[in-house]
Amino acid sequence: MSPDVSVKTLVIDGRDVGATGEQTILEVAREHGIRIPTLCHLEGLMPAGACRMCLVEVVGSNKLLPACVTKVSEGMEVRTHTPELLELRRMTLELLFAERNHICSVCVSNGHCQLQSLAGEHGIDHIRFPYQYPRLQVDTTHPRYGMDPNRCVLCGRCVRVCAEVEGAHTWDLMGRGAGTLVTAELRTPWGLAQTCTSCGKCVQVCPTGALFDKGRAVAEMEKRREFVPAILAGRDEEEELVP
Amino acid sequence: MTEEMIDAGRLDDLLRAIVNGHRCQPGQLVQILREAQDALGYLPASALTAIARALALPRAQVEGVAGFYSFFHLAPVGRYRVLFSDNITDRMLGSAELLERLCNKLWIERGKVSEDGLVSVDTTSCTGMCDQGPALLVNGRAMTRMSAERIDRISELIRTQLPLADWPPEFALVEDNIRRRDTLLGAEWPAGEALRAAIARGAEAMLGEMKLSNLRGRGGAGFTTAIKWESARRAACHGEQGIRYVVCNADEGDPGAFMDRSVLESDPHRVLEGMAIAAYAVGAHTGYLYVRAEYPLAVKRLKLAIKQAERLGVLGHNILETGFDFHVEVRLGAGAFVCGEETALIASIQGGRGNPRPRPPFPAERGLWNSPTLINNVETFANIPTILRKGADWFASIGTEKSKGTKVFALAGAIRNTGLVEVPMGITLREIVYDIGGGIPGDRTLKAVQTGGPSGGCIPAEHIDLPVDYETLNKLGSIMGSGGMIIIDDSACMVDVARFFMEFCMTESCGKCVPCRAGTVQIHNLLTKIARGEASLEDLDRLEKLSNMVKRSSLCGLGQSAPNPVLSTLRYFRDEYLAHVVEHRCPAGVCKIAAEGEVIR
Repeated sequence: MSPDVSVKTLVIDGRDVGATGEQTILEVAREHGIRIPTLCHLEGLMPAGACRMCLVEVVGSNKLLPACVTKVSEGMEVRTHTPELLELRRMTLELLFAERNHICSVCVSNGHCQLQSLAGEHGIDHIRFPYQYPRLQVDTTHPRYGMDPNRCVLCGRCVRVCAEVEGAHTWDLMGRGAGTLVTAELRTPWGLAQTCTSCGKCVQVCPTGALFDKGRAVAEMEKRREFVPAILAGRDEEEELVP
Repeated sequence: MTEEMIDAGRLDDLLRAIVNGHRCQPGQLVQILREAQDALGYLPASALTAIARALALPRAQVEGVAGFYSFFHLAPVGRYRVLFSDNITDRMLGSAELLERLCNKLWIERGKVSEDGLVSVDTTSCTGMCDQGPALLVNGRAMTRMSAERIDRISELIRTQLPLADWPPEFALVEDNIRRRDTLLGAEWPAGEALRAAIARGAEAMLGEMKLSNLRGRGGAGFTTAIKWESARRAACHGEQGIRYVVCNADEGDPGAFMDRSVLESDPHRVLEGMAIAAYAVGAHTGYLYVRAEYPLAVKRLKLAIKQAERLGVLGHNILETGFDFHVEVRLGAGAFVCGEETALIASIQGGRGNPRPRPPFPAERGLWNSPTLINNVETFANIPTILRKGADWFASIGTEKSKGTKVFALAGAIRNTGLVEVPMGITLREIVYDIGGGIPGDRTLKAVQTGGPSGGCIPAEHIDLPVDYETLNKLGSIMGSGGMIIIDDSACMVDVARFFMEFCMTESCGKCVPCRAGTVQIHNLLTKIARGEASLEDLDRLEKLSNMVKRSSLCGLGQSAPNPVLSTLRYFRDEYLAHVVEHRCPAGVCKIAAEGEVIR
């Protein structure tokens, strides 16, 4: 199958936009400066459609669709910021904050965290659900990096960048449901993982402070994403971190 | 056998033989892990490493798959692994007390292996023996109709280490308990006739016939079968050119559902014939039958039926000498309810973690290895031969305007005649419960009928005169589902019922999307709080909001439907919720209400 290069016209938030048939709603929206929040998505990695932050309303569809994987079609009418969507995104974020331990004031990524900036963007000032705080073991066996699963949002970006870009596939998900954990191969301490090349890509794509450079104090961990080609083009960063 | 008893060289040889038996295909990973565990007792790190090497897969990936399925063990387990089926019907029959009794007899703690490595006792999601419960699995073998005496006997058998094969056969007796047969369960004619007729008429004519019949999927959502067939036939091949697949979804996992098990055990040929006809219609030459691991008897009979059908020339090469080839392989699950979701099922057949992916694209366009894949449920396939043999008009004459044909329901819970009933669509719940099911035992009264398992809802007794069809059940806030019907009498607490189903969804959530992974946990928390009489009206409001959020934003059918039991009980039994919240009492006397300042663990 050759790629669909036909031109489609569609409406996003009342604006007429043009796209090719192979593009996703998210790509087209970003090209036109329309912001759709994302968390598990990172341009250059396979989309997952897992975090549900980018859900949008498409007129004529009774289900909400994830913008990161939904292809555009002719005449499509997309709404990205209805009151319902804003409330759903807010609740998704609250569920994430309650799921593990996300106390910003003691986090290396304070001020440089995507979860934090999304919370700011959605005006979250309190969480309606009890905190679960599951006391998970921190792994600092790697000489250069550390892994704190208590800060992990299970977006899977580290797993994907390690498998798809670095080709090492040191990380994968273990278990399922709320007990899912990102682990280095065979649950060995990260420092002993045979396939890890210590490239650090996982650290840099991690949206929170779950993966970090050792030796960083609170709020010192800024992530650099420039090795994923699409990000090198300078598009993603300002989209991701809204001040 | 344990890891210490087997040296590295022998381990390598043993695993290599298993891997070679599956032609070194990474897609067979789940099957390979199953066989490796059967040989080793559990999956030690060294075995995972050897399997990864033999399949040229990353170790992390192999381990991720092994860690996903609840029947794979990464640490040593007891030589006798007892798993109690955990369903609301088993609970009604006292399975929790029996579990405690067995643990006490064996001097062990639930979920832990005894110090001598002999035995472990735990629960597992419903094993589909609800009509003959309480049930349990011992090393994967189903044992039914448990009682205190049987439990005592089992503890002796385990302590004397009698091999499982020598256990009293009556313990492992699985009955089919068919209470009413109709066109599907009562069909009796030789396999192959409908297939022969179908091939003679050609694929296009067959599609036309299917459209006329207006058959809708029997797996849950009720999607029109002919539309699926048509899109699978017409979809462009994104995978290998010209390759299409037909998959039978036999991963029946709804607590309270056992129709597919019974159909597979009693009439596997009908299902295989339905698959062959579908394959001819969509142009597929390979089919997979994905069966849950809890059904060893069904698997055994299916494998036998496949061999028989091949010998009879109605399956395999050159079917009925028409030049049409269709091969069917059986694939086993490993204890993951979510694999009944079609994209998760595809991931599992391909040897991966059973994580669903967003649809579209639907499997009919991009399914197994990116090829167009038709996925239908067991009962749907079983209906096909009858439709083609007797004609679409005949089929469409049964049932209601939009729900045609018959449906098999599994009756369990507070009802005299538990078992399967096949009834025409449009029959009332009253006829099912009282005329066929024999009514409620004892001097209890009917409170509700739960349909559709964890994706469905509770229909209150006042609506039992409404017809059973897809639209009516949807309007009532439930779904047809695969056909599980749990009869609930007035001894049950509806908050407790909702909590059971939420616990099930929470345990079975794959963890990929946030609303289902974290939302089901919080819904379960709220229901627990309500059951203890500790919740406020604000919590009730929060419960409703969160339920709607999980329904609206989850990735797959599991999450999208998980809140249904909560929402439907809130709709019809709000007074029971309010009694817990406002009056701090459980009207049915089921829930343990916390006293002031008391902490219930």
